[in-house]
Amino acid sequence: MNKVEEKLFQNRYRVDAGRPHIQIANADVCQIKCESKPCVVCCPASCYTKEGDGQVTLITDGCLECGTCRVVCSEHRNVLWEYPRGGYGILFKFG
Amino acid sequence: MSEQFDVIVVGAGPAGNAAAYTAAKAGMKVLQIERGESPGSKNVQGAILYSDALEKIIPDFRDDAPLERHLIEQRMWMLDDDSYVGSTYRSQAFNSPPYNRYTIIRAQFDRWFSKRVQDVGALTICETTVLGLHMDGDRVVGVKTDRVGGSVYADAVILADGVNSLLAKKAGFHAELQPRDVALAVKEIHFMPDTTIESRFNVGPQEGVAIEMAGKITQGMVGTGFLYTNAESLTIGVGCLLSDLRAQKITPHQLIENMKEHPAIRPLLEGGEMKEYCAHLIPEGGYNAIPTISGAGWLMVGDAGMFVNSVHREGSNLAMTTGRIAAETLIELRAAGQDFTAANLARYRSKLDDSFVMKDLKKYRGMPGFLEKNPQFFTQYPELINRAAHTMLLVDGADKKTKERDIRQHFIRKRSRRGLIGDAFKFWRAFE
Repeated sequence: MNKVEEKLFQNRYRVDAGRPHIQIANADVCQIKCESKPCVVCCPASCYTKEGDGQVTLITDGCLECGTCRVVCSEHRNVLWEYPRGGYGILFKFG
Repeated sequence: MSEQFDVIVVGAGPAGNAAAYTAAKAGMKVLQIERGESPGSKNVQGAILYSDALEKIIPDFRDDAPLERHLIEQRMWMLDDDSYVGSTYRSQAFNSPPYNRYTIIRAQFDRWFSKRVQDVGALTICETTVLGLHMDGDRVVGVKTDRVGGSVYADAVILADGVNSLLAKKAGFHAELQPRDVALAVKEIHFMPDTTIESRFNVGPQEGVAIEMAGKITQGMVGTGFLYTNAESLTIGVGCLLSDLRAQKITPHQLIENMKEHPAIRPLLEGGEMKEYCAHLIPEGGYNAIPTISGAGWLMVGDAGMFVNSVHREGSNLAMTTGRIAAETLIELRAAGQDFTAANLARYRSKLDDSFVMKDLKKYRGMPGFLEKNPQFFTQYPELINRAAHTMLLVDGADKKTKERDIRQHFIRKRSRRGLIGDAFKFWRAFE
């Protein structure tokens, strides 16, 4: 099982379509000001991707709601992080 | 929902459930709010349950709590790339009831605990996220939820909303977490027949083993790994300080993949079916990272208050104990006819200071700084010790005295004489 997507496939989610609970505050900060892009490395569900032009894209569907991306973005504070609406998001079967 | 309650508890993990149970059992009018579909559906832990903390809340919990296996054997492994040096403690004392610790599956356990909370009269509502606190001046008087017309009021609010505690941050009770104060742990659960687990780990039915690991599996980072036996599954996980993970540029997903490939670990997982992948932040800052834990109309319990003893891998027992003591503080004040002012609720902190919670955290207050400044304990020492074991155990015609000299010289080459003495002293001081 070498891809994180295969692992996430085992999990149960109720995705709040069109209402991501995490957002990048300012895309330019990720693209221009942030060189190390720690969210891309540290997110355990690989929700963050570094694109060829240095932009960072975020898809929260596989989010495990751990909070890592918000905490590692300590230099730029560019992650707007809320919990999903009640009942949405990851639903751990075992935890 | 504009009713007035005695206490609102935010969160239905071990801390929130302990607080809600204790308060409701004493006759307080308790509302508990949980954002998950059911209690436990947002919660992640290894997980080991220490009986003592729960016994003090629900003495007969063993009658119906979903417990996996009681632990009779604890192994500690120090790993190099393809070897480990370990120690094992196995005892019939740990195999005689009442058992001291069990493996649990949190989604099931938290649902059970919540059921007991509701049995003593608390009102628990799920699928509801608390968005913020209602204040009257500097006093907390209620919470705002994401339900329509979802404001509720209480004389006290207990924040049991977990390590991220957005509520405490929004209210300014707690600064944002620092990457050096939390570890990110990732975990998988692998299912296999109970008889396979029992033969693989040399235990009988209901008996379990916990393996704690340090060394190469964290690839130079401050962190540990674990493997626990459940009834019909194994949980395996690895966690590292977020500051290290950020610096090392290894994805957590790759870290656990590498760990599972270790030649001593792979055979234990063989044939298992992976059914869930979880991640969770663990407060690792210890005593010095504990924020102000109470104020006018509010108390903070469990991971929200950073109550984790990372040295002994204890967290859920601190969560249950802080939850219970927070509720007891409210009960005592109410009985004495005293208001939930900041000054009166400060009694919660003094009660914790007198308990094992703060005593243990205080004992190890130097540990986070020690580990941060001394990564050799996670890198060079596991390597040196594994190499020493290999040198001594390999029968190759070289005499033992020569082998000893080789080991000694290797230690000195890696750490220097001065470094070795310094390390021994620092190690002793950190655990003193």
